[in-house]
This record gives sequence, structure tokens and C-alpha cells, in this order.
Amino acid sequence: MSSEAKIIKLLRDHSLALPRGRVYVIEDRCKGCGLCIEFCPKKVLHQSERFNAKGYHPPELIEEPPLKVCIACKFCEMICPDFAIFVEEVSAEEVGGMEEGAECTNGGG
Amino acid sequence: MVRDVLTGTHFMNGDVAAAEGAIAAGCKFYAGYPITPSSELAEHMAMRLPQAGGIFVQMEDEIASIVAMIGASWAGAKVMTATSGPGFSLMMENYGLAIMTETPCVIVNVQRGGPSTGIPTLVGQGDVMQARWGSHGPYEAIAVSPNSPQECFDLTIRAFNLAERFRTPVVVLMDESVGHMFEKVVIPDKRKIKIVNRKLADKKMKGHYLPYLADDDLIPPMAIAGEGFHVHITGLTHDERGYPDMSAEAQERLIRRLINKIKVYEDEIIDLEFDEYKDDADIYVISYGISSRCSRRAVKLARDEGIKASLVRLKTVWPFPEKYIRNLAKKAKAFVVAEINNGQILREVERCAGAKPVYFSGLMGGRVHYPEEILEKIEEAAGK
Amino acid sequence: MIANSHDLEHPMDKYLRTDRLPHVWCPGCGIGTVLSCYLHAVDNLGLDKDKLVMVSGIGCTGRAAGYVDMDSFHTTHGRAIPFAIGLKAMKPELNVTVFSGDGDLFAIGGNHIIHAARRNADINVICINNYNYGMTGGQLAPTTPETAYTTTSPYGNIEPPFNLVGLMAVSGAVYVARWTSIHVRRLTKSIEEALEKRGFCFIEVLAPCPTAFGRRNEMRDPVESLKYFKEQAIVKNFVNPLEATIEPNKKFYVGKFVDLEEEMTFEDRLWLMTSEEFLKAPSKKRKEMILGVRRHVKEHMEVLLHTPEPTEEGGKGEGV
Repeated sequence: MSSEAKIIKLLRDHSLALPRGRVYVIEDRCKGCGLCIEFCPKKVLHQSERFNAKGYHPPELIEEPPLKVCIACKFCEMICPDFAIFVEEVSAEEVGGMEEGAECTNGGG
Repeated sequence: MVRDVLTGTHFMNGDVAAAEGAIAAGCKFYAGYPITPSSELAEHMAMRLPQAGGIFVQMEDEIASIVAMIGASWAGAKVMTATSGPGFSLMMENYGLAIMTETPCVIVNVQRGGPSTGIPTLVGQGDVMQARWGSHGPYEAIAVSPNSPQECFDLTIRAFNLAERFRTPVVVLMDESVGHMFEKVVIPDKRKIKIVNRKLADKKMKGHYLPYLADDDLIPPMAIAGEGFHVHITGLTHDERGYPDMSAEAQERLIRRLINKIKVYEDEIIDLEFDEYKDDADIYVISYGISSRCSRRAVKLARDEGIKASLVRLKTVWPFPEKYIRNLAKKAKAFVVAEINNGQILREVERCAGAKPVYFSGLMGGRVHYPEEILEKIEEAAGK
Repeated sequence: MIANSHDLEHPMDKYLRTDRLPHVWCPGCGIGTVLSCYLHAVDNLGLDKDKLVMVSGIGCTGRAAGYVDMDSFHTTHGRAIPFAIGLKAMKPELNVTVFSGDGDLFAIGGNHIIHAARRNADINVICINNYNYGMTGGQLAPTTPETAYTTTSPYGNIEPPFNLVGLMAVSGAVYVARWTSIHVRRLTKSIEEALEKRGFCFIEVLAPCPTAFGRRNEMRDPVESLKYFKEQAIVKNFVNPLEATIEPNKKFYVGKFVDLEEEMTFEDRLWLMTSEEFLKAPSKKRKEMILGVRRHVKEHMEVLLHTPEPTEEGGKGEGV
């Protein structure tokens, strides 16, 4: 069993859920420095193709449930020098639950 | 018991009288750095301010002193610092900060002989232009010039009132002779002392208040830190919100107002003293501070010789009484300027005298005029 | 994910002058991060923003005061500390934070900061150290590491830099810490401690200046700068601050260096002097009142020189 599968089993067996976050980006404040992307512990942020008003590429969220999801640690919110990204902690149900292969309504930007 | 106004008759020097004037005016914060010949003022404040419920801080230098004073003014206190030439030079950048941020405060400069360290214990009047132009950029200045310990008391109170009324730094230009001179000083009853307080922001305006939106009188009401106005105050050129605005238009608008808020009240600010010969004279001696006392004697000696001289004393040196001197030039035959420098108020008088000649009795500092030295110039002016 | 709605309100917006955003700082500049940590600390503590004051000097960091929706003062170069001293003296109930840069606080303002620490003025100083003068184009600062290139050290810096935490500790600060702008959680916690502590608190934050310093010193990319900080920083509390130097390409200490028990502050003593009881007390009694619980300077130094054994901290997870 892979370590990922072990974690999923462990969480299921004990009816536990990872904390989940909903990510908001105020795109026009972003200066594209990439700190949120680089230092996201779950690596769920990516540089988007879009340009904002200043010509920078703001980040976007791409999750790969069940494990590669935003866990609302808010590191991006704190490190962002431009007050351009923030995270709201939500329940797993609100963002699509923990089920393997579940639709990620939270993803894709 | 708060001991603020020491009503009664005292024998004190000009430095101490200025300190008592400040306390009587409601000064609650003093920050300074010792420097001859102003140290007695700091020493007296150190002893007296705590008794009057105020805070005295000896800072690490004059720059820190003026800035701490500006900070305390934003906490709502009436504030003062005192220094002499070298310290005044160090304060110049933040003199500008007080002008730009419209911070009421009083700076006493007990002038000594300069430049540089010069003659610390002896008199000079070489900082007059510095009080007017010492900080960079265009602005208007207010400076008063006492010529006795009594006036050190009276004009320091006036300096506080002007600073509070116009939200600007006011300089008390003393000199070593006046600062160290002991004379009778009468401190009136507290109720008889006229006190002006700064115009404060209306608490009802919280959330809408603009820190640099002036009223019709060109002076904006001031918000005090910690009262919920959330003001932003900067030495950068700013708009009515206090936000930096790096445009020629913003600079023009703000600096014009800072100048005009003093210019349009010139007549109210300017204070001249005349002698009994004012209306029967053709030679006018212009002087201030200790030099005005030597000039008074010189005028008397000239009168004894039959010369129609009269003394015009500047109790405020800035703004300069331009209109008055221009008017006087119409009837005067000549002017004489006496001061302890190489010609600072002289330039102002020359500027206003038109075609009338201006004679100059100047000293480089270290001593006051002999009346005969000024008399000599009056005689020259009279064609003797 | 929800993006780019103009109706979005960042949780820190309530402390910001949002009409002034975006701010002047370059992409990846650490100042914004530190401001974010300060505001998160204020939020975590639930402080009344009417009673918060921010004072800045001049320079990139000096612009911070212009973005916070509280009483904020952008003073002259190097003079944020004396401004804060005057303000705090007259209104001790305010929580005053000086937020400024290394050049502003330790070069032109160096005299003021050592005296403020000596007096134990009850102000918090957050000093962002980006190794150079960013706003004026990347000139040499008193914190520039030896051999580093700046626009006024084109052949490499020949001057040794100040050790800011060491200097503050020996000057009398009751709280001294150093973090970098990657240590956002610990920095936020540290700012919370400083905001709650009475007396002179100093926090140095190493932050990247990609545009002016990084560009000339192989740290052009802010991400790389922060990775460098993460790799080189040793997180440890109560290391002797005098040994906590910063040298090029060497590991350096971050953490809390000094955290002394509460003492009488400068403002306590200023106001003590105005009390009837103090003014009327005989000399011996007055001396006792002045000394209060304030340690003698010598005792202060003993505490510094015999600090408890450094404590290991964290090392788990991101370590930030």
C-alpha cells in the first residue's frame, strides 16, 4: 500500500477529514512574484495563463483530491506581499469531500 | 497641586522667563538637548514641567528633540524645544517637517555667535535668515524676537498661541544677552493670560474626516493620535486625505495654502513697537532683540543732537513688516539697521526702502553695540 | 477557487487603506510580507486599531505607514524613533510600532535607536533588513554583508555590517528577535509577543530586495532568496545575540534572543515624575521609586551573558 493510500485509509477508518480551504485571489493586486506557488506546502497553486490589469500572471488553484488539496494552512495568505490571496476555512462537504475521485468543485479557478 | 502659572513678581533671566512663559501657555512636553546659552531654559523646564504635570525629556541630540516634540504635538500636547545656533542648524530638516505636516510647536533659539561652534557664551543675531529660510523649499515662517526677560515670558506665550492658531512651528528668536539678562518679570494672574488652543477635528466626522481639508480660514482642524480618526501624516507632498501626491498640481495647491495661511493673517501676526518720536522723524532705526535696546539709546543721543530719529522695533521679525516699511519709506529720509550679523534684516529693509538709503551698523557677534556706533550711522544718514 | 471579484475583501483589508493598493513595493519584495505578518498579529490579538500607531521613517519600508488604516506617521529619514518617543510619552495608552528599514534605523537613525533601547521606551520596532538602500537604487547600507555588490560598493563591500540583534541586546532592549520573511508564522507570533510586551521590543526581519540588492548579488529571484533564507537559517531561541552575525553564504541564527521579564518602562518613569507623591518624597525614597523594578544595567548584561542554554525549536514541517 502506498503511503498516500495508507493516509486515506487511516482518515477513513477514523472518520477524519483534512481541513479544507477555499482560495480567493484578488487578481489585480497580484504582482506575480510566485511566493504563494513556490511555498504552498500542498503544491496546489499554479501560475495561470491569464494576465491581470498590470500584466502579471496571478496564481490559480489546481487540486488533485483526495490528498493534493488546499488544507487552509493560509501560508499563501500570510506570505503574499500584496494582500492578493486569502483562504477561507470550509468543511470538506463544501468543497467536494474526501471521496476518492470526487469532483473538485473548488478547483480550476 | 499643579503649579503652572507662577503669578507674582520675579527676578529671573530670559531663559527662565521663556520657560515660565511656556508653562503658563500650557506647554506639557519639552524635548531638548543642552546647548549654551539656552541650557538654563532646559534645566528650568526639567525642574518645573513635572510640577506642572508635563513631561521633560532630554534627547540624544537636537534632531531627536525637535522630532520628539513634533510626535508629542500629534499626541495632543502643547510642545516646545530650545536650542542655540548649532542645534538650530541640526533642527532645520524637521522644522520643515513641522511646517509640512502643520504641527503646532515652539522652537526657542537663544542665538550665539557663529558660524559653527563660534563663541558659545557670547551674543549673536546671525540666525534670523535661518529662521526664515533654513529648511529647504518654499514656505512662510513666524518668528518673534523679545528684547527683555519680561518679553521672553510674554512672547513665548504669544508664540504658543500663534503656533496653535496657525498650526505651524513658531520660532522664539532670543539672543544670548537677553537669555542671560536678569530683570524683573511680572507673571500675571492665570485668568488674565490669553491662551489659544488648536482647532480640533470634530469627533462626528470620524470616518469622513480629511486631515488636510482646510476650513475657510485656510487652516485644517487637527486630529490627535489615538482618537479613532486613523490619519496618515507625511512629510511628502500630500492631498486633502494626507496621501502622498507626487504632482506639480498637488505641490502648488498645498504649498500655496501653507504660505497663504500665514500671509493673509500678516497684519494680525506682525507686532511692531514705536517710540514717542514716530510721527516726528525722518530717520528710522530698525532693530530687534538686544540690539534694539542699544538702538533706543542711540536714538536718544541723536535726538539730543537735533537729529529727527525714531526707533521701529520688530517684536516679530517674520513675517517681515514689508507693507509698513514701504509706507514708511515714503516719508523717511533714510533708514538705519542695527543688528549683530553681516546684514540680514538689512536686506529686508533695503528691499522695502525703494530709493531711500539704508545705513547699516553690524557686528559679527561676541558683544552688543555701543550706542555711539549706531549713533554714528544715524549721523551719516542725517548728512552730518 | 474564486478569483478577481472586485467585491472580494481580504481579511486584512480592514486594517489597510485599500484605496492606496497596489502598494509601491516591487514584485517579491519582503516588506509586504512583513506588513502582512504585522496585521495578522494585530488581528490574532484582536487589538483595537484606534489605539494602534505606526511610525515610519524614509525608504521603501518607510512607505508602510501609508498603507495601514490606523494613525500612521511617515516622518523624516531616520527619525521615526524620536517621533514615536514623543508621541508615546504623551499618550502611553497607545500601542506604538516603528516600522522601518535597516538604513533608516541603523545608519541615519542609529543614534536614536540605541538610546530608545537604553531608555526602555515602550515601543515596538520592526526593522526590515534588506541589506541595502532599495528606494534610492541599491546603495551600501550598514547591514550590507562584506564583499556584496551595491551601487556604491561596485568592487564589493569592504565594511563589516552591524549585527543588529547584538547591538539591540547590549543597548538594553527587553525583547530581541530575528526572523526572515519566509518565517511568517514565527514572525507573526513574535510580533504578537512584542505587541503585548511592555518596554523596548526589537524584531529584525531579513527580507529579499530582488530589484536592487538581489539583482547584483545572485539573488535576483525572490523565490530563490527565500529558499536561501530557509536553508541558511538555524532556528534557535536564546542564542547569545553577540554571536548571531550574518556572513555571506554562512548559516545564521534566527529566533528569539532576548525576552526579559517586565520592567518599568521609560514612560512609567516619566509619568512617575509628575506625581505629587514622587515630587514630595525625600531623596532616598525618590531613588527607590525611580529604580522600581528596573534592573541595573549591569544586571541586564549578566542576564544577557548568562542566557539559558539555547533551546532547539521546531525543525518539523516547513520550519517556517
